[in-house]
Amino acid sequence: MSDPAANGQVSLLWHQYRLERRMFWRNPSAAFFNFLLPLLFLVVFGVIFRGNHKDLETVLPAVAAMSIMSTTFTALAMNITFLREQGVLKRMRGTPISTGTYLGGVGLNAVTNTAIQIVFVVLAGRLFFSIGWPPDPIQLIVFTFAGVICLASLGVALSHVIPNFDSAPAIVNAVFLPAVFVSGVSLDTKHSPAFAKDLAQVLPLGHVVTGLKGGMVAASGGLGNHLGALAVIAVWAAGGIYLAVRGFSWESARS
Amino acid sequence: MTSEKPAIEVRGLCKTYGAHEAVRGIDFSVAAGEVFGLLGPNGAGKTTTVEILEGYRDRTAGTVSVLGEDPQLRSTALRQRVGIVLQSCGMYRHITVREALTHWSRFYPHPRDVDEVIALAGLGEKQDERTRKLSGGQLRRLDFALALVGDPELIFLDEPTTGFDPAARRAAWETIRSLKGLGKTVLLTTHYLDEAQELADRVAIIKDGGILAIGSPAELGVQGISRYQVSYTDADGSVLSEETDDPTQLLHRLTSEAIARGESLLDLSVTRPSLEDVYLELTADV
Repeated sequence: MSDPAANGQVSLLWHQYRLERRMFWRNPSAAFFNFLLPLLFLVVFGVIFRGNHKDLETVLPAVAAMSIMSTTFTALAMNITFLREQGVLKRMRGTPISTGTYLGGVGLNAVTNTAIQIVFVVLAGRLFFSIGWPPDPIQLIVFTFAGVICLASLGVALSHVIPNFDSAPAIVNAVFLPAVFVSGVSLDTKHSPAFAKDLAQVLPLGHVVTGLKGGMVAASGGLGNHLGALAVIAVWAAGGIYLAVRGFSWESARS
Repeated sequence: MTSEKPAIEVRGLCKTYGAHEAVRGIDFSVAAGEVFGLLGPNGAGKTTTVEILEGYRDRTAGTVSVLGEDPQLRSTALRQRVGIVLQSCGMYRHITVREALTHWSRFYPHPRDVDEVIALAGLGEKQDERTRKLSGGQLRRLDFALALVGDPELIFLDEPTTGFDPAARRAAWETIRSLKGLGKTVLLTTHYLDEAQELADRVAIIKDGGILAIGSPAELGVQGISRYQVSYTDADGSVLSEETDDPTQLLHRLTSEAIARGESLLDLSVTRPSLEDVYLELTADV
């Protein structure tokens, strides 16, 4: 205010980020679905598979990938739809805050949730399920980052085809749940049907799980062995970013 | 009116959506410090015009200057000098009034004092309330407050009192008058005639994307299209009325003739058309 630098976009980004954090925690349903649900899954699976080291090594990265998807894809698809339909995006567009600063604040809020959840999952693995510290932290970070970019952009892209906020949960879950299911199925290579395995190879989430597994629980020879997985994620990310930017609308189609 | 450059200058503005021509070549300018009203029925092109001036929409043709800049370029410097109250627009549901104004004030280089704006908008008692608990009228006052917190030179008000009860409308009018008192330029769209008549220095009546008439509310009433109406009841009890541009002459003739006949003109009245009459006449579907 009196500080002239306070008007700088970096300072604005910080304030916008803080505001988004506050709004997130004040909205109980967002806090539950985007934050607590994956942790709940962790607890449930952890209890079911306790003592079964092999299964836990599969469950932990799967829950981590699901956390990435729910904190970015689900959260952004819902949030951008809400902000657009509610008219907040349009209002923001009329103020001097830059597009990048504003959407940066919204995006960083989502990524903060991702980071917190990954830390929780790793800590839970270490403390409660006797899985060691991540053997390949670089791979963990790279795949988390790749998953965030890919799933966040797909979430924003999906928001463009959601016509109103009432239909948002149904549409988002219609994508989220099958994606989690198919990618989860792909882990159980012995029993899953061939078409599900093929589908999982094409979709990005299963590759995020595989990459996270190597980083979190069982080193798999470094990133060099996962270039194919990264390539699939990158293709989806490129498509997601293209659609997210191209279809972006500052206002509801009704207005 | 001053010799300063106009705050808004619009020349030959056109906007088409596919085959639909929403705005068809309109011209007007708004002087600095003026309250200018765009008056017209729903779908006339008011909001399209204002949203082009606000930088929300690109024009199809014509030139537009807002505070000396082309709004289509969406410069930060211009947005720092403009306050916008959109026709309908929402807010974070879990933010308090004070938090919203404090946050918005950071967007601007020379914001007004947040307490002062809260008081001006009449939101003192609601300052710590979350917006989802505010009534429609209170949310509209928050819209005003958010548009004013950056201390803009130019304020766009798109149907600012639609849905207000009479008391809330009066209160909003007072706020708008106080803006004029502070030397702000205001562009107001409305479909309420009394609002335009009460607040605007000049009014453009807009219909089907074109301007039908432009001038001060008083000028529009006497200018051309609508004329003075003189009516009276004659000795037979029938009500007669005549229209004229020059009521003095007409009254002189009518009263002279009546006196000559030894009659009186009962219920003699001279009515100047109100803005409403002009508006109805201009916007009537023939």
